[in-house]
Amino acid sequence: MGIIEEQGPAFQQHELGTVVSAGNGGNILVTSLDRVVNWGRANSLWPLVFGTSCCAIEMMSTGAARHDWSRFGTEVARATPRQADLIVIAGTIVNKMGPVLKRLYDQMADPKYVIAMGACAISGGPFYYNSYSVIKGADHVIPVDVYVPGCPPRPEALLYGLMKLQEKIKSESMLTRKSPAEGFEEGF
Amino acid sequence: MYDFTTLVQSIGNFLHGQFSPGVATALEWTLVILVYLALYAILGLVLVYVERRVCAFFQLRLGPNRVGWAGTAQTVADALKLLLKEPVTVNKADKLLYNLAPFIITLAALTVISLVPFAKGLQAFDINIGLLFIVAVSSLGVVGILLAGWSSNNKYALIGAMRSGAQIVSYELSVGLSLLTMVLLTGTLQLSTIIETQANGWWIFKGHVPAIIAFFLYLTASIAEINRGPFDLPEAESELTAGFHTEYSGLKFAFFFLAEFVNMFTVAAIATTVFLGGWMPFHLGDWAGFNAVMDFVPPILWFFLKVSAVIFLMMWFKWTFPRLRIDQLLKLEWKYLMPLNLMNLVFTAILVYLGWHG
Repeated sequence: MGIIEEQGPAFQQHELGTVVSAGNGGNILVTSLDRVVNWGRANSLWPLVFGTSCCAIEMMSTGAARHDWSRFGTEVARATPRQADLIVIAGTIVNKMGPVLKRLYDQMADPKYVIAMGACAISGGPFYYNSYSVIKGADHVIPVDVYVPGCPPRPEALLYGLMKLQEKIKSESMLTRKSPAEGFEEGF
Repeated sequence: MYDFTTLVQSIGNFLHGQFSPGVATALEWTLVILVYLALYAILGLVLVYVERRVCAFFQLRLGPNRVGWAGTAQTVADALKLLLKEPVTVNKADKLLYNLAPFIITLAALTVISLVPFAKGLQAFDINIGLLFIVAVSSLGVVGILLAGWSSNNKYALIGAMRSGAQIVSYELSVGLSLLTMVLLTGTLQLSTIIETQANGWWIFKGHVPAIIAFFLYLTASIAEINRGPFDLPEAESELTAGFHTEYSGLKFAFFFLAEFVNMFTVAAIATTVFLGGWMPFHLGDWAGFNAVMDFVPPILWFFLKVSAVIFLMMWFKWTFPRLRIDQLLKLEWKYLMPLNLMNLVFTAILVYLGWHG
């Protein structure tokens, strides 16, 4: 338990479905400027074009006509990490993909957010036990904001995760906000 | 007919009455710059929103509808976010050129809209070589694109920029030639005079077949020139990530984005001015009653209605046709559009020589 707490807020135990407020866990001093800025950031999450396996198909389905995530202003998928705000880790991250994912994350401009979509991205999923090649959870490589469970999760689940991320962004404070990569130890 | 000349002149007279001539001129320029910067920003915000909604409707989706009424505040949120996003500067980039490129593109886009006549007397510069100036300045944007690609020190950016350069140099010819065809008909390069020649009918109606051909050639070539789909090769995501602006983030990227959409407006505005009668109302022969009703609509509204129609047509193109390959793109220009344009030019010249134009 002691080790887990040292690794930062992302690893603390929380009730399922609760929003862990960002910025050192404090949302007491939310000024009106914060509210405006956070409103802008929360409603304009441009995802990176990034999908590593079957979850990516569900992610594309989320973008398609039936489940249309453009309603939340999220359809502007950017192919370059410089212009993306959000990276949806849709699929298995293997050992070879780990450094690539890390580099993509580092190339993104602040503020940047991460959704781990599906069992593989959360914990390695079906490859947790007898696999030599799969990283057991993308949060060993980069800090994750929202976990969306499922194998693969339905588009509704991803949309719910997106809305949870928006809630989290809206609880940020500019004064206490620090880069999630700060103090994050590479786990692989 | 509503005339803005008196309004503009009264503002000018007021300024000249209050201040010395030098100060008054400087103030006039400042006013013009402020108005155009505001127009530039508003055009960007509106066009991005419209593009996203139109795209959504073409793909049977809903499009942004969560912030503001029917998602109208979506682009405001985007602008806010882009404004506060970290401006990444690449370590090995050529810093001066890297930071200069977005401004060159913005400058080219802004200079071109300053020539567009929005209504009678509502035009910043009414020079007698208007069309020539527009064709010359609009191709300055390619300098910004090439600089952005070169200075980013990124292979995708460089390839994207080179493609864009090849594309603009090729399609510039068709744009110039199709406008030249219209210059044969209008007999002038000055934009305000071009509109006045259409008082008795727009050129697309009274210019016979050559004007219609020239209209479609102009539209195709200029869509290619401003790098919009289906000719958006420089930004082909599957091959070049984001093309020449791969390494730009935040506000600097926003400048490229904005310039692209304002260029779309400029192309539509020139098409409106040269082919669709600018701010002239729609008249039908000798239907006096109908014409009187049409005259009642303010010219500035006519202008924006026509521009919106052309912009919608361009969005329709973009979301209907698949992207062309680079060889198909160059083949389209050099083997089809160019010869067609030249033939059209000769045909129009004969027509004008025989005096059959309107």
